[in-house]
Amino acid sequence: MMAGWVRTLITTLLCLTLSGALAASIWAIAGNPTPVDLPRLLSENMDRSGVAHPVTAVLLNFRSYDTLLEIGVLVIAGIAGISMAKTASLEDPELRTSDTLLYALQRWFVPLMLVLAGYLLWAGAERPGGAFQAGAVVAATGVLMRLGGIPMDFLRPGLLLRLGLGLGFSVFLVVAVASAIGGEAFLAYPPGLTKALIVVIESVLTLSIAMVLLALFVSAPVNDAEDPEEGGPA
Amino acid sequence: MTASLLYALAGAVLFGMGLYGLLRLPHLLRKLLAFNIMGSGVFLVMVGLPQHRGGADPIPQALVLTGIVVAIAATALAVVLMRRYYHLSGMTTLEEPSPEQRPGGRR
Amino acid sequence: MTLWLMAGLLFTPLAWAVLTLLTDFRWGRWVTSFGILVQVLVSLGLWLTIARDGGFYYGLGGWDAPLGIELRVDGLAVTFVLLTAVVASACGWHAGVYIDPDKAWHRYFWPLFWFLWSGLNAVWLGGDLFNLYVGLELISLSAVGLVALGGKAAALRASLRYLLAALLGSLAYLLGVALLYGQFGSLSIAGVATLLADNPAPAGSGLALALMVTGLSLKTALFPLHQWLPPAHGIAKSPVSALLSALVVKASFYIAARLWLEFGATIGSFAAAQLVGLLGSAAVVWGSWLAFRQQQLKQVVAYSSVAQIGYLFLLFPLTYSVSEAVSLQAQQGITLQVISHGLAKAAMFLAAGNLILSVGSGRIEALAGVSRFLPFSLFSFGLAGVSLMSLPPTGGFTAKWLLLQASLGSGQWWWVAVLLAGGLLSAAYVFRIYRASFLERPETDRFYHPPRSLEVIPLILALLSLGLGLASEQVLSVMALPFEEAGAP
Repeated sequence: MMAGWVRTLITTLLCLTLSGALAASIWAIAGNPTPVDLPRLLSENMDRSGVAHPVTAVLLNFRSYDTLLEIGVLVIAGIAGISMAKTASLEDPELRTSDTLLYALQRWFVPLMLVLAGYLLWAGAERPGGAFQAGAVVAATGVLMRLGGIPMDFLRPGLLLRLGLGLGFSVFLVVAVASAIGGEAFLAYPPGLTKALIVVIESVLTLSIAMVLLALFVSAPVNDAEDPEEGGPA
Repeated sequence: MTASLLYALAGAVLFGMGLYGLLRLPHLLRKLLAFNIMGSGVFLVMVGLPQHRGGADPIPQALVLTGIVVAIAATALAVVLMRRYYHLSGMTTLEEPSPEQRPGGRR
Repeated sequence: MTLWLMAGLLFTPLAWAVLTLLTDFRWGRWVTSFGILVQVLVSLGLWLTIARDGGFYYGLGGWDAPLGIELRVDGLAVTFVLLTAVVASACGWHAGVYIDPDKAWHRYFWPLFWFLWSGLNAVWLGGDLFNLYVGLELISLSAVGLVALGGKAAALRASLRYLLAALLGSLAYLLGVALLYGQFGSLSIAGVATLLADNPAPAGSGLALALMVTGLSLKTALFPLHQWLPPAHGIAKSPVSALLSALVVKASFYIAARLWLEFGATIGSFAAAQLVGLLGSAAVVWGSWLAFRQQQLKQVVAYSSVAQIGYLFLLFPLTYSVSEAVSLQAQQGITLQVISHGLAKAAMFLAAGNLILSVGSGRIEALAGVSRFLPFSLFSFGLAGVSLMSLPPTGGFTAKWLLLQASLGSGQWWWVAVLLAGGLLSAAYVFRIYRASFLERPETDRFYHPPRSLEVIPLILALLSLGLGLASEQVLSVMALPFEEAGAP
């Protein structure tokens, strides 16, 4: 076994070299123009995308397959997270407080945050915003409610929670497949409906993203249920 | 030298720093934070480098948004795994416990 | 027709992931059986279509590259899609019987299983650098979730290790993507390759390729970055171990190989190719030696994966600045190695799971006497071992034969020693397990008999890997099919 300081030294040198090489590469790359001008191509096709904001257009139209899989990744994390929680309810009674100041604050903040989430979702069409930002704010509202001890009975690993986790993803998927059945390519929106479909997808995605994030927050597991494992130290 | 290029170079530094942390810090939570620092470094390079030449480029911005969601999912999953691991073993590092240290010994 | 097949291939695993999320384990089993049927038919249909008409690019959402995401549907990709369909169906079928349906958390097995499958298909078909990143993460997170499912401290430690290694690998890959996008302004692999052909080796791209290949090697567990693999593959439930060893590590290797074949000729170097080959050889020797030294049955199989993965990286030196014919031979050898190891290793892990179930312990000494009670599983284990030892007529033999010819054809005779040593060493660890199971001990006469279907599945997989050597001509002919059109830059 190598001494600790030798390892530290080697790792330091490795990281410094890597950062240096990286900086040199970035410098070298920055000196030349790119052969493909993707932003121009994007702006030429913007009018066919159904939304006014280019980032939203890329996320939900040009590269919607990325977004579909990305929501899949989020759902996986949610599933794996709640699979760790082996209690009937994800609620933690210890967190219930009766702090009047916190309670008063929540009465102001929770509705305000929900309105903000709605605005972020709506704004996504023409300026920065969109499903993920809105979902994150809704999830944060949930976190605030939980920390403040407001009971949230829907957060048990039952059918409702699982429906919520999968809802946004399934709607996205149904739209993708419906477009294929309609004769277009997989994930191609039928012309004329693009805008409406993107709004629908964004709304349900907001809900599901919030559910996943909140489920991950509350599924911190604290009980002793066990499963025998194989192959490990017997 | 534009501000965007500076972001990209800062990203290179962050990547190295995060890598050091991920490799050398034993505490799992610190490893996870180091991973997130590395991630921020990558995102800075991804946005800063194209922006240096042609102004704001929406494509890498969208990619970074996707990347952030993936990183959040991974981070959240890692935290849940860590809490469960801590609950079961009382450990915050990945070191193998020696047989007599293991809770309950050989079962 | 092709459109339907593509939609079916991409859509079914994702849809079934959501469907099984809503069911419990028992219902999930029925729903999954139907999904497996659909998926196998679609994969087979696509394979036959490609075998008849040749490959094509498929622009998702009706947008072509570079603005949209293109899938590259060629002979190699559909071959791996078909391999995935075979191995994943076998593992899914096995898991349906093997996994205890009464544990509440096992209901999450099916959604993770389907997400894993969809991630694999996304990677085989991916033609877009960033989309491949998302596909890789889809695979990694679902694989980690499967390893951790219902696990105790040791399983969680293994899955955390696995998660951190996988995330580090993905980030290195993503940084490479960021550099390439900064350089070329395109994310399409075919597009970047075309640009590279016009403008060889621009400054800065070398590091991008190095970062991507290193990150992917970490995810593939190339020596010396392999330490995360044996704990994770050893401790997971057997059907999960089989999926991880047979398919998941191949996904990251597949991307590394695609990148090397497309970009390596212009931005790679002889030294880099030799270095990767050297690490692969070290993996073959060191992994086999460690496999021989293990006390736990599944650890033997897991370390054997480290060794067998080593062979794959011989692709790098054997395709760098060699003649067209030698490069093709090497590519064919590696493809066969991926397929035969996938089938054989899945068979081995499933059979090992049966053996452990039967004797109630994961230790090798506990196997004493099992040869009289579980001949089927032991036979499957041995058959799969024959393919790993690369004896004729297995797929493993044909693979190594092609690699041997490629080594000699390119004048890199030193890899021949690795190929021979690897075969001998794998014989050593397979025979060690056989010997243990033929020992007789009077006190151990009680064995649990697993259901017959658990024993049949590894046997089928082992026979397939055995038969691959005889059918290798047909398998390889699909790979070499012409491609419809070159991708737009």
